[in-house]
Amino acid sequence: MFILDADFMQIAFATGAVVGVLAPAVGFFLVQRQMSLIGDGIGHAAFAGVAAGYLLDVSPVGAALVAATLAAVGVEWLRSRHRAAGDQALALVFYTGIAAGVVLVSAAGALNANLFSFLFGSILTVTWSDFTLVAILGAVGLGIIALLYRGLVAVALDEEGARVSGLPIGLLNVVLAALAGITIAVSMRIVGILLIAALMVLPVIAAGRVGTSIRSTILLSMGIGLLSVTAGLTISYYGNLAPGGAIVLLAAGFAVAAVAGAPFLNRTR
Amino acid sequence: MQLAVELEKVSFAYPGGPEVLGRVDLNIHAGEFVTIAGPNGGGKTTLLRVALGLEEPVSGTARLFGEPADRVRDRYRIGYLAQRTRLGIDAPASVGEVVTSGRVARRGLLKPFGRADRDAIAEAIARVGLEDQASTPIQRLSGGQQQRAFIAKALAGEPELLVLDEPTAGVDVDAQEAFGAFLGELHQALGVTILYVSHEFGAVERFVERVVLVRGGIVFDGPPAELPAHWHDPSHVHP
Repeated sequence: MFILDADFMQIAFATGAVVGVLAPAVGFFLVQRQMSLIGDGIGHAAFAGVAAGYLLDVSPVGAALVAATLAAVGVEWLRSRHRAAGDQALALVFYTGIAAGVVLVSAAGALNANLFSFLFGSILTVTWSDFTLVAILGAVGLGIIALLYRGLVAVALDEEGARVSGLPIGLLNVVLAALAGITIAVSMRIVGILLIAALMVLPVIAAGRVGTSIRSTILLSMGIGLLSVTAGLTISYYGNLAPGGAIVLLAAGFAVAAVAGAPFLNRTR
Repeated sequence: MQLAVELEKVSFAYPGGPEVLGRVDLNIHAGEFVTIAGPNGGGKTTLLRVALGLEEPVSGTARLFGEPADRVRDRYRIGYLAQRTRLGIDAPASVGEVVTSGRVARRGLLKPFGRADRDAIAEAIARVGLEDQASTPIQRLSGGQQQRAFIAKALAGEPELLVLDEPTAGVDVDAQEAFGAFLGELHQALGVTILYVSHEFGAVERFVERVVLVRGGIVFDGPPAELPAHWHDPSHVHP
């Protein structure tokens, strides 16, 4: 049977394509600001959101979207107000998220296979309505990046200089944090909460070794993200493997190859 | 002459900490080239942050371009070069992208760039002599060229006040000398107000009109020729 004959694989590829380009596009700005691990912290908050969704009998994806966005904005608030150092703010959200998730899951009696599909990703459980939500949020996310591109770049290169010259740093940081939250929420069905942060970071690491400008690095990282997702889904389909792990292992392979090959590439340029 | 920076009886302390600045008075006129120097921990960076409206003084007033420093409307009039360690020199950015990012505040966050913006960016790149390297990744430039690229970024917004915070930290003496001469030429050519904050001010001593020494307060404010011998920067000796 051809892989795209299966309806669930069509949905998985369509959803994965959105995730594959959105996650590195947002991740680029996080990596440049040395906030690579924020995705992990937000992912754990998203887990609490999924659990709350089960408990309240509302959409787990919608609840995760709210929890992830609030957590991301919360980390940024703590960091910017100097209420906590960046890593401490992240630790606070990280551990609170996972603890709240465990408590809510046990309260909802939802420790089942469906929950694991959120943690590790599943290509069988994604629906066309999931895809519609992912596509809308993905388009909104990419649209916001395009709209604020120059401002996000200015902050990534020199936050202090951007602040002095009057750019709305607080707003840009909150928008970036919210974008990270949205990305986590839309990606968790395919890649899984525990691995989504990797898709925001690894393609950027790979592209950063090869790209010669910010624009080329972002486009290349989106290409690597897309390739990792589509190839990972294909491998997981034929190998009956968890898609999140396959996707992230491929992205990690690209990153390792780029890090190892960059010195040779630079010598030939 | 119009005042670019005006501090009047400014005192500052961080919450719960000792006083960092005590009743500081300082006027910097438009077009002046001034270095604010002093030992690490002496309060010069704090003075700069108060002057730029990034910190609120405990008492006294800070004004920029005649407006309260924390409420200046057109902040794009300030070009700022942060300390080297705080710049994105490891980012996979081209020189052109770095310089372009310095134009965003003047143009406005959401407005598309026009011809005037592109011309200003090209002129800033040419001003620092990097026109042949506009497409080159910033990582591949020497330390001195990277510094020039970020100066071009600050110039791209066509600033009236150029502020440099410890710009030569970690740079060898020869590169500091070259940078100082470059700033002297820039000041002559553009007539822009330059505020050079550093504990190593020897490289610009020949070019500045005033040296302001900060040690909890201002302990010297005058032309370099009047600076007592024991306060000169020993790392730079000029005949």
